[in-house]
Amino acid sequence: MSLREIDVLIIGGGPAGVAAALALRQQGVARVVLLEREAELGGATRHCSHSPFGMLEYHRVFIGSAYGRRLAADAQQAGVEIRTQHSVVRFDGDAAVLVSSPHGVETLSARRIITATGARETPRSARLISGERPIGVITTATLQAYVAFHGLMPFRRPLIVGSELVSMSAILTCLSHGARPVALIEAQSHAIARAPLCWLPRLLGIPVHRQTTLVDIQGRDRVEAVTLQTGTVLRQLACDGVLLTGQFIPEAALFLNAPCGVQQGSAGPLIDQDGRLANPLHFAAGNVLRGIETGGRAFREGRAVGRAVAQDLRYGPAQGQAIPVAHAAPIKLVVPGAVRNSPLEQPAFTTFQLRVSHRVRGVISLHLDGVSVWQKQAQWLPERRILVPIPAQASTAQTIEFRFRET
Amino acid sequence: MFDVAIIGAGVVGCAVARRFAMAGARVVLIEKGADILSGASKANSAILHTGFDAPPGSLEWQLVQAGRAEYLEIHQRFNLPLVKTGALVCAWDEQEASQLEHILLEGRRNGVPELNLLSSAQARHRQPGLSPLLQAAVEVVGEYIIDPWSAPLAYVTQALKLGAKVLRGTEVLQGEFDGQAWHLHTSTEPVRARVVINTAGLFGDEIDRRLGLPVEFQIKPRKGQFVVLDKAAARHVGTIILPVPSATTKGIVVCPTVFGNVIIGPTAEEQDDRLRATVEHDTLQGLIRRGEAIVPALAGMPVTAVYAGLRPASEQKAYRVFSRPAQQAITLGGIRSTGLSAALGLAQYALALYQQFDIGSFSAPKDIPWFAMPNLAESAERDWQRPNHGEMVCHCELVTRREIAASLCSPLPPGDFGGLRRRTRAGMGRCQGFYCNSTLAEMSKGKLAADLAVNTKGQS
Repeated sequence: MSLREIDVLIIGGGPAGVAAALALRQQGVARVVLLEREAELGGATRHCSHSPFGMLEYHRVFIGSAYGRRLAADAQQAGVEIRTQHSVVRFDGDAAVLVSSPHGVETLSARRIITATGARETPRSARLISGERPIGVITTATLQAYVAFHGLMPFRRPLIVGSELVSMSAILTCLSHGARPVALIEAQSHAIARAPLCWLPRLLGIPVHRQTTLVDIQGRDRVEAVTLQTGTVLRQLACDGVLLTGQFIPEAALFLNAPCGVQQGSAGPLIDQDGRLANPLHFAAGNVLRGIETGGRAFREGRAVGRAVAQDLRYGPAQGQAIPVAHAAPIKLVVPGAVRNSPLEQPAFTTFQLRVSHRVRGVISLHLDGVSVWQKQAQWLPERRILVPIPAQASTAQTIEFRFRET
Repeated sequence: MFDVAIIGAGVVGCAVARRFAMAGARVVLIEKGADILSGASKANSAILHTGFDAPPGSLEWQLVQAGRAEYLEIHQRFNLPLVKTGALVCAWDEQEASQLEHILLEGRRNGVPELNLLSSAQARHRQPGLSPLLQAAVEVVGEYIIDPWSAPLAYVTQALKLGAKVLRGTEVLQGEFDGQAWHLHTSTEPVRARVVINTAGLFGDEIDRRLGLPVEFQIKPRKGQFVVLDKAAARHVGTIILPVPSATTKGIVVCPTVFGNVIIGPTAEEQDDRLRATVEHDTLQGLIRRGEAIVPALAGMPVTAVYAGLRPASEQKAYRVFSRPAQQAITLGGIRSTGLSAALGLAQYALALYQQFDIGSFSAPKDIPWFAMPNLAESAERDWQRPNHGEMVCHCELVTRREIAASLCSPLPPGDFGGLRRRTRAGMGRCQGFYCNSTLAEMSKGKLAADLAVNTKGQS
């Protein structure tokens, strides 16, 4: 079997990657190989012991690693070739990857490649946070890996930075494992997570400071204290760790190191409405496109891209230029970021996903060849998905542009 | 009783320990930190200098050249990397351009071959990413980059294999010389040695004071902050991009690393504190902007890491080397920014000074052990490229379980988490340990001065 050419190589065994693999097999694609760098499938859902997964795709709830086991069982049954502990080092040539596994290094080529490497939180360094650099300054996913995989805790009294959904999950992880957060801070004026979840810290008696930033970390070996700034007021707070939550960015290193690079706004690869990159043998799906949507959304996206790739194999590599979707602040990102005149009957994406960088009120409008075809006025919130249908005419337009007018 | 007690296991102390051990001395290397390279040596720009810009005829110039020559001679036997990037000293305005001629002449006077004055176009042909605002540049072909942590680790490991003793977590509190030998009081155990060599870096003056020696210099810590850019930046920066130096500092460098990143730094900030090396948001942003101005393609490049180090500058630019035959003591102080390049030269020099003491010579061992260090550089094969590595623990830096396990049971295993990172690169990559940190916590449990994980049972 392994002598036959690989039809589709999928990088990443989280919800998006597995869903793409399942869809491809369902569409009758013969040889689908799924590469996962960890020992088990599941991706980021593996260490999330709190967040429930599976509602959108299985109509039931799984907790943490159980979801990954279900994905693995489904993939196995569907005849997907699963290769765990296979870490893709880089893209190689037109449609091949260099892979390292415990067996050594190999180059795998395929007719199509789907990258679904997910996202991660922005670490301390990339946030350029001031101060000393003791141990104990970590992200939520790191904390969850400590707890879920090793039964360890990195601190007892952390400061929590951020108020996204994942921040609330972080609080619960702390509390259920013997740690008590000393405070939660959020740089913006409102919590990012929706009510009622954003009330969680207060209900648990954890002080919440909004419009507050972390301006100094003290401690030589371990964190001893932090300095917080609210307006012009500085205050010192004793703690033994800093938990940086949210600010998810795509794990797009493969693209970053390839000639195609990543998009300035989404930090993920530029794709068209089929999930296709400029190199028409490459596709991408899930949270590698932007940070982040839920596991369920990533699964649906993976499935849709999988179906598109199955069609693409029948039609042959797409020809023609993709038209980029222009946008300006405060619109942070648009996915897909390009539209191509595609032969596929059903695109992977029927809507543009937009996000704004901060809370604004105004009109977002979509213009094809300078003509407005869609607009909506609202108060737009950061880290919330904004969906705009992709008009059929977009595939033949010369220019596609999102505009914003404050009201 | 030791022949030599060396105080401070930075790059200079490690090199001195090696040189004396190779000469046959009974050596003890005493380090206050939990691991070697805990002070100034943990944060530098990893350049193997030519000495082209050193004051002509200075001790620094002499020792950079000697140290560099020895590194070039031994690096292959240690499997230590050497990437021949060369450097461009870049002039960004007319005033700077007018200094290039002088830099060229001084470099030639310093005996550095292969110096070329390049026009802006020539320099940008040599390094295509450079901003078109460049006026002109001097090419220094012989400036290279090396692994700044594996090199001193190799030096001290060779000393260990020759019987040297390394005391980590041991602070020298006081010392007395009785006319024959030194008695050192430390935070752990008393040490007796015939000779002391002070390589205490940021505490060089303080150690001379504790030894009751005349304190002839004062350390003025100079902080340097660095930004490390993602490996994707490396395709835009293939050479060391230096500014025209000022009177006090070599200035901000944009430089590739042997690990495949690009670093921007260091700043030069005077401070009194000898321990606290903080990074600062605005300064880091300034460094990023500076990097983008020099190489515009770096704009928007993700930041992998940030760090800050303190250089043991003194009130003078020159190295502060003092030999005291009557007290059988040598001080190698004020090694402010060329320590990595000069370390092996300083070690040769210290041995020569010792020989002038005329208190007997050592008998050199017949066999000098040589061994290959684990390669961490992208210029040669890494462990992940070989089969049966266990698993990939750090995906960003491609570090295997086998490498980490080997480091933890090496002749000088890491003393703290920083030491583990420097020996393996685990957690040094773009995700900064999101994936591997907890695995490292488990693998290193009970083996480091401070465990990564805490005990939450029965504690508040």
